[in-house]
Amino acid sequence: MEAKATATAFAGPGDPRRRARRWIWVAAGAIVLLVTIAGVLVGQVAVPADAIGSIILSHLFGLPLYATEVQDQIVWDVRLPRVLAAVVVGAALAVTGVVIQAVVRNPLGDPYVIGVTPGASLGAVTAIVLGTGIGILGIVGSAFIGALVAFVVIVVLARRGGGWAPGRVILSGVAIGYLLSAATYFLQIMATPAQLQRALFWTLGSIAGVGWVALPLLTGITVVGCGWLLLRARWLDALASGPELARSQGIPVGRFQVELMVVAALITACVVAVVGGIGFVGLVIPHAARFLVGAAHRRVLVASLLLGAGFLPAADILARTVLAPTELPIGIITAAVGAPLFIAQLARTDRRAPA
Amino acid sequence: MILDIKHLDVSLSGQTILDDITLNVADRTMVGLLGPNGSGKSTLLRTLWRALLPDGGAVLIDGADIAKMPTLEIARRVGVLMQDDGTDPRYTAKEVVETGRLPHRSLFGADRDPDDPVAEALSAAGAGQFADRRIDTLSGGQRQRVLAARTLAQGTPVVLLDEPTNHLDLAAQLELLELFRCRGITVIAALHDLNLAAAYCDRLHLLDRGLLVASGTPEQVLAPELIGAVFGVAAAVTTNPLTGTRAVHIGPRHNTEGTS
Repeated sequence: MEAKATATAFAGPGDPRRRARRWIWVAAGAIVLLVTIAGVLVGQVAVPADAIGSIILSHLFGLPLYATEVQDQIVWDVRLPRVLAAVVVGAALAVTGVVIQAVVRNPLGDPYVIGVTPGASLGAVTAIVLGTGIGILGIVGSAFIGALVAFVVIVVLARRGGGWAPGRVILSGVAIGYLLSAATYFLQIMATPAQLQRALFWTLGSIAGVGWVALPLLTGITVVGCGWLLLRARWLDALASGPELARSQGIPVGRFQVELMVVAALITACVVAVVGGIGFVGLVIPHAARFLVGAAHRRVLVASLLLGAGFLPAADILARTVLAPTELPIGIITAAVGAPLFIAQLARTDRRAPA
Repeated sequence: MILDIKHLDVSLSGQTILDDITLNVADRTMVGLLGPNGSGKSTLLRTLWRALLPDGGAVLIDGADIAKMPTLEIARRVGVLMQDDGTDPRYTAKEVVETGRLPHRSLFGADRDPDDPVAEALSAAGAGQFADRRIDTLSGGQRQRVLAARTLAQGTPVVLLDEPTNHLDLAAQLELLELFRCRGITVIAALHDLNLAAAYCDRLHLLDRGLLVASGTPEQVLAPELIGAVFGVAAAVTTNPLTGTRAVHIGPRHNTEGTS
């Protein structure tokens, strides 16, 4: 098409960017793979690569094991589920960030804003500090329920008055977030030092505890959720231009917005309940993805999935190594890396905006 | 397609915006809605694609009440070109036009039209040259072409235009109205420019504070007394020597009292 030659001179994603994009996909995929491998290699105990290969092959295909039993335990029971969990959790948080930003039409959208993170924190800390009562549910169960209850409260507040106002999601999300945090802090003050340590670690997030039991569950819900979202990517594009326009294209907007919020809330509630309040992934990764591949959601969703799947295992490697042998909560790393990235992006868009 | 608008009443927060509007739009005609700001033109258009539910009355498309139609079926019949519709400026022109095909896409994304309606609409609207540019790098006129292309790509037998010629220079105003007129579809346009309305519309409807005060051909509706009274100006009407259609001239009312 003759149009493409003239388009190259402009900032928008013209033809050269489209060609560059092909490399972005390849690079992102390669990074995810490399980070995953690095995540299995790096640790306090050095395990040679060939031993790791043998361990994985023996578990998957029943080949003979050329490694010690300790090495086998470290790699198969600890490192591998942890790294895979980081991949899945990173992807899930990034993709739900995209969805929440699309629904609330606000770049600040992330799992915190729809109440999932603070709700889960309160649920988990309640279980840790008060123990009994909701003890049957355990920390994960209470966190999950806390997340969903907070989400429902925020949606009800935002929907009040008949219509659905995305701006109100942010407003009620922030208010409820503060309220829940206050309750969480209050519980932490009443906690014993040991409980406090656990509560703190949970609040800041850790993927150390994810084993082979939780991993398939997280993977399943993430895959199903992302699949559904990809089928709806073009609807998300229409929604990005506002509910009125989306309705003129035949989209049942009210129902679609609710479906999106519920899918996002369910995925993040599962994730956050298991790994704790890992912040900034859902906020930063979608913006980075849009910067790389443009605004269309069929690309933004996949790019966010890949970037999230690469970012979180990398952050986890840092969390394990920066103060080794002490392990940092991964939320500290994601915030320490994510916030400057976000600010850098803010500065960039500022400069580009017309005077 | 034929539109039947029957006894439409609309009020917003207690205020009557449209009062008992009844009008018919014949198949494949271009119809202009005229009236000052706040006369109810935009509100009438919004009720025609059920962005707004009327308090009373009905809108029938080929005899079918749109109140009972699924959203998707309305979107396959009625396309809209809105003012300031909030289109996300981070998308490219082509991506924006692609959203116009949404009512014709299956769940897995395949377009039911084997031709390329997006490319066709882009070039028909004169937006082919900047198909790959982001909306926020385009001028107001270019942006309006992209939005017109999206409405065209939707391929509906009825199109509603809400002051579509805003932001457009003189030539582009004519082009835009011609673009929709030459498609042989039913077009209902809210227009500010009475001369454009006279040149392009088969019939005109004049609204004043929610009431339909005149309907008919441009020759019937563009009468000096009527225009003067509704718009609060002094008006004179002649014949446009280039098009042979009505030409409306206006002046301030107090200077030319009684000289129409």
